[in-house]
Parts: sequence; structure tokens; C-alpha cells
Amino acid sequence: MTSPSQVGVVEKTAPGGPEGKAPAGLAPRQLMWRRFRRDRTGVVSAWVVAFFFAVAVLAPVISWLYGKDPYTTYGLDRPELLDPLTGYPMKPNGGIDGEFWFGVEPKLGRDVLTQLVYGIRTSLLIGLAATVLSTLTGIVIGVVAGYAGGRTDYFLGRLIDLLLSFPQQLFFVAFMPVVTALFVSPQKETPTYFRVTALVMVLWLLGWMQLARLLRGQVLSLREREFVEAARVTGASPWRIVRKELLPNLVTPILVQSTLMLPTFVTTEAALSFLGVGVVEPTPDWGRMFAKGANFYEGDITYMFFPGIAMVVFVVAFNLLGDSVRDAMDPKTTR
Amino acid sequence: MSIESGTPEPLLVTERLTKHFPIMGGFPFKRKVGAVQAVDGVDLTVHAGESFGLVGESGCGKSTTGRLLTRLLEPSSGTITYRGRDITHAGRRELAPIRSEIQMIFQDPYSSLNPRQTVGTIISGPMEINGIDPPGGREARVRELLEIVGLNPEHYNRFPHEFSGGQRQRIGVARALALEPKLIVADEPVSALDVSIQAQVVNLLQKLQRELGIAFLFIAHDLAVVRHFSQRVAVMYLGKVVEVGDRDSIYRRPRHPYTHALLSAVPDATVVMAEEEAEDDLDAVETARRTRIRLAGDVPSPINPPSGCRFRTRCWKAQDKCAREEPPLVRLDGNREGHLSACHFPEDPSLEARGEDVVLDPALIAAESGAEAPPRKEP
Ligand SMILES: Nc1ncnc2c1ncn2[C@@H]1O[C@H](COP(=O)(O)OP(=O)(O)O)[C@@H](O)[C@H]1O
Ligand code: SF4
Ligand SMILES: [Mg+2]
Repeated sequence: MTSPSQVGVVEKTAPGGPEGKAPAGLAPRQLMWRRFRRDRTGVVSAWVVAFFFAVAVLAPVISWLYGKDPYTTYGLDRPELLDPLTGYPMKPNGGIDGEFWFGVEPKLGRDVLTQLVYGIRTSLLIGLAATVLSTLTGIVIGVVAGYAGGRTDYFLGRLIDLLLSFPQQLFFVAFMPVVTALFVSPQKETPTYFRVTALVMVLWLLGWMQLARLLRGQVLSLREREFVEAARVTGASPWRIVRKELLPNLVTPILVQSTLMLPTFVTTEAALSFLGVGVVEPTPDWGRMFAKGANFYEGDITYMFFPGIAMVVFVVAFNLLGDSVRDAMDPKTTR
Repeated sequence: MSIESGTPEPLLVTERLTKHFPIMGGFPFKRKVGAVQAVDGVDLTVHAGESFGLVGESGCGKSTTGRLLTRLLEPSSGTITYRGRDITHAGRRELAPIRSEIQMIFQDPYSSLNPRQTVGTIISGPMEINGIDPPGGREARVRELLEIVGLNPEHYNRFPHEFSGGQRQRIGVARALALEPKLIVADEPVSALDVSIQAQVVNLLQKLQRELGIAFLFIAHDLAVVRHFSQRVAVMYLGKVVEVGDRDSIYRRPRHPYTHALLSAVPDATVVMAEEEAEDDLDAVETARRTRIRLAGDVPSPINPPSGCRFRTRCWKAQDKCAREEPPLVRLDGNREGHLSACHFPEDPSLEARGEDVVLDPALIAAESGAEAPPRKEP
């Protein structure tokens, strides 16, 4: 047995030890970043996602460079663009040409490219707002339920169960007019900002439960870990424990869940606008383009093409990104 | 019924300390249907600067006791007094001034360090929480602490995943030291480590205890680890202290059958112990080498512990009285001062008393007669 003075000499030299395969001195975050950069699918989807956000943010710039806007009814002003009888574009493929890159909208003759760009802007804005609100709510409720336990946990758990048991789409369709009617008298025109706010609220109300439930479970197991007890022994307040000990360990599920949440919100918003309870004319909207496309598809299938492709690419890219984020952050989990 | 000792100043005293975990059940309304009697009326006294061992099989309530003392758990009844102050039910704010004086080292070096914090953050956390600004700054103090526990101070910015189990445990020790505590509860600090590393960490703790004058409550599941370390030892069984005394009394003059069983469960320990004393007691070496006591079965459930003496279901000396009356923890005839045992029919106060191989489990005998025959000795 070594004497006290020799203590520590043996182990001192080699940090890393038996399980220290990781490069020395790298934070878990840096390791994650490394793993993520090596994942080609993840990187490509990240670029695609970034592209969509860039389009949304830069919509006015795109519109200005391209020289058109989503509101002008080019087809009505210029009779050579639309067939006066059917209202469909005169040129083949939905009227695609050097001037109207994605074609012309049937009947009204608006520009499809700017409509799509501004539509993506509307939908992403609504989706993003709902995601941020739902994520914050999910974090607060999940962490409180998991950390407080007992009665609080029981009641929050039942609330989550209740909200999850709602038939969501039906609820949206039924509730959007109700919410609107609550605040705006039926005689008046509902302002656009109000419709958007109502949409975000309704999406938020029914969107936070999955994350809350997931985080509750995680907190429940984390708070039994000895490092939380160690913090309590040194006198840490519950607030500090949540902030410094728990939240850093919840970043992975939060990021993964919210990357998966956003495309669901965007598609739900699109569905609502498709059903006529979302954003209405003349505000451009991604989802409503599908509703129009469904009316026109016999005469002009091309109109549906660009919004459809964009939506598929967007949703797939976002889901792949979510998977890659999870893989990078938590290499041990296998799907 | 507190424990007397020569040392004058008791640091921490518990009286009838009890922790019952309620078992909830029933439908549709959950209610208490029973209780896990994890700790049931424990009296302990830890003196300033002393190292105190708490030993018992797994499930005996040692960790629960440790967590009660550090006030991670709320006692069901009984009292905890720290330097004359009752802290049994003190809230977080009331505890604040005492927090820094009682610290804890945990069993699992993997779950006791936050994987998302650097070593520097982990060790400086306690200082930050308690608003301690050491001269030269916290970072300098962290480096100093790393040096004290035998780690490279330059590893300040590394994360726990870059260290081995033994090194992680040293980080845990540094964190406990950050507040300059007077008492450290070490809950099986080495049992998760490689055998080759265990001795190093125990030596480190011993060095700290001696040089910094910190009192230790060292929890272990066998008597071997505690032997070098503890001046006094308490043996716990199923939520109760069954024997307590200074190191010599427990290792050389144990009275409680359970202590005898624990001692012979680590034959190496008894042999080494006896060999150390070999000059005056050659027979003891012989005896220690040859005797073994096997305990049949497992610790009974703390939900429904045996009546009377809790050890009676596994005790080879049990009689009717043991089922009827709970033996009090008292100083028996022939015991030294401060050596208390809770047994109606204690063993003789020597190792020779165990001059026979007591095997309680017939199945065990049968199994062994085929393989390695247990060494037997006629009394
Ligand atoms: N939080 C808890 N809830 C219910 N039972 C518990 C809890 N913690 C410990 N126990 C029970 O209390 C008994 C003593 O446990 P513990 O103190 O961990 O023993 P030891 O550390 O000696 O192995 C065990 O039977 C254990 O199952
Ligand atoms: S009191 Fe009886 S059962 Fe308990 S240890 Fe003593 S002899 Fe054994
Ligand atoms: Mg334990």
C-alpha cells in the first residue's frame, strides 16, 4: 500500500484513462459539432433548411430583384397571359417563361414565384412563432412537473393527457372561428395580424405537450442522479439546479424535439389555410396555394408543382436535420 | 442512548434517527399502504476530526443514513444535532451556514459529476453558491484543490468524460473540499472503483482526514475497507446499529454475531489484522485463517422486518427471547468503554470464539462438499 505522500502519483499522468478516447480538452459541445460536420446528410439538410429561412427573410429582396410582387394581378392587366374563356395560362406548363419563372396563377394571373416566396414567409413565421412558444411552454411545464413531483406532477400530467386526447385537426378547424369571433365582431373585417396571432395561439395551445412529457421523464431521471444531490448538498437553490444542472443536460431533447416540431406546425398551418380557417386572401400563404391548386389541377397541374416540391423538400430536410442533430448529440442512442 | 467516547466535542449527534419511506398503493385513490423502514432509530455520534466507519451489507440503510445526515432526505423522526444545533428539519435557508461544513462524496463517480460541466465549474460551483471568494480567486483555488487531490491543475478546463473512474472520484473529493468542511460523509466512495485504484483513493481520504482535520463518516459494505481508515466503527443491520465501538473492539473483540459474520466474510482482513498483532497473539492468526461464517440468504425486507432482534432470521444463536424482545444497544460486560452491542446472547469478546465454521445454509454446505471443502476446526 502506498504511503499518503505517494497518493495520486500513479493516476496523475494520463487524463483520458481507459474510456478517454475523446480528444483531450474538447467540450461535449465541440464533440457534437465535430460529429455533426462529419454527417453529410445532416450538413446538406442544414443548408436546405437555411435556404428556406433565407428565402423567407429575403422575400422582399427577391421580389424587388425579380421585379414583381405577389399582389398584382398581371393576368388581368395583360390579357395575353390568360385564356379569356377558361382563365388558365395561355402558355404551356402553367405559363412558365422568362418573365414568370414559376408560371402565372390561373384566373387572377398573379406571379407564382413571389406568391410562393411570400407564402413560405408567412407559414415559416407562424410555424416559428408557434415552435418558440411551444418549446418554452414545454420546457417550463415539463421541468416543473418532473422536478416538483407529487401533486403538481399529477395535475400537470392529467392536463397533458387531456390536451393530447383532443382530435387536433378537428379542434383547429372548430376553434379558429371561435377564437376569432371572441375578439373581433362578426361585422368587421378580421385584420390579418389578428388571424396570424390566433393561428399561432391555437397551434401553441395544442403543440407543447409532447415536449413537456418528454422533458418531465428526463428530469425525473436526472434529478435522481448524484450530481444533482451534490449540488443540493452544497446548498444550491432549486432554480440554480434547474438552470445549471438540469437544463444543460436537456439541450439535446429540446433541440431535437423543436426541429421536429417546426415542420409539423408549418404543415398544420398549411392544412388550416387549405381548409379555409387559416390565413385568407390576399395575404400570400403556402398552404392556401395547395387549396387553389386542388381547384385548378385539371387545367393547370403546374400550379401545384412548385409549392408541393418546396413543401416536400422542406419537411424532409427538417426531419433529416432533426435526426442528424440527435445522432450528433447522443451517439449512444440507436434508432 | 448516545455513544460515549473519550473525545470531548461531539460534532454531529443523531438520536433515534428514523427514515420510513412510505409505500403508496390502492385504487382509485393512492394512500399509504406500508413503509420501508430504511433507518429505524439510529444513534450515532461523530466527533470533530474523527474518522468513523459505518458498515453493513447492502440494503441495510447506510446510504439513507448518510443522506439524512447531509439533509438530502427529511427524517421521519428522531433528531440530528450539529454542534449543539438541532438541524433535523431545518429548511434550505436555515441550513445555509451549516451546508458548507457538512459535505458528501458519492458512490458512483459517473453519475456524481455533471457531464456538461468542466472540472473547474464543478469544483468552483460550491464556492459560487456560498459566495466564497478565496484570496487569489476561485480559479486559483480550484487549481490548488486539484493539486491536493492528486490531479493535474492544468486539467481545469476538461470535462468529466475525459477522466477515469478514480480520477473522477478525486474530482468529487475536490468538490467536497472546496467549502473547507468539518465533516465529510463518504458513501462507499471506492466500491465502484477498480481494486487497484481503491487503495489510492482511501489513502487520499486518510491523508486529508489527518492533515486537514476533517471528520469522516465513511460508509462501506464490508469491514475490510474501513479497517485502515476508521478510528471508530458502527455496524448496521436492517436499519439499526447493532454494534459500535473503537476499531480494536470491533475487529478484535466483536460481540454481535453479525459483526463476527462480517469479519469472517473478509478472511483476508481478519488474517492481516491478526498478523499485525501476531507478536502477542499467534493463535489468533491460526483461528482467523480457518474460520468462516456464512450468512444464509439475503437481508430480510425492511418493509416487514423480523420482530425482536432483526438479525434473528440469520443468527445461529437465536432463541425464543430474540423474537420477543428487541435487544438494546448497551455496553456489555467485558466491553470497553464506548463499545456497545445489541444482542441477547453475545459471542465471547475475541476472535477465537469463532473457532468453528458456522454455515447456516444447508444448500451451501451441500454445494461446497462437492467442490472446495470448507476448512473445519474442532473447538
Ligand atoms: N427513496 C426510497 N424510496 C423507497 N425505498 C428506499 C428509498 N431509498 C432507499 N430505500 C430502501 O431503503 C433500504 C435501505 O437502502 P440504502 O440506504 O440505500 O441501503 P445501503 O446504502 O445500506 O445499501 C433499501 O431496502 C432500499 O430499497
Ligand atoms: S439477539 Fe439473538 S438473534 Fe439477535 S444477534 Fe443476538 S443472539 Fe442473534
Ligand atoms: Mg448504499
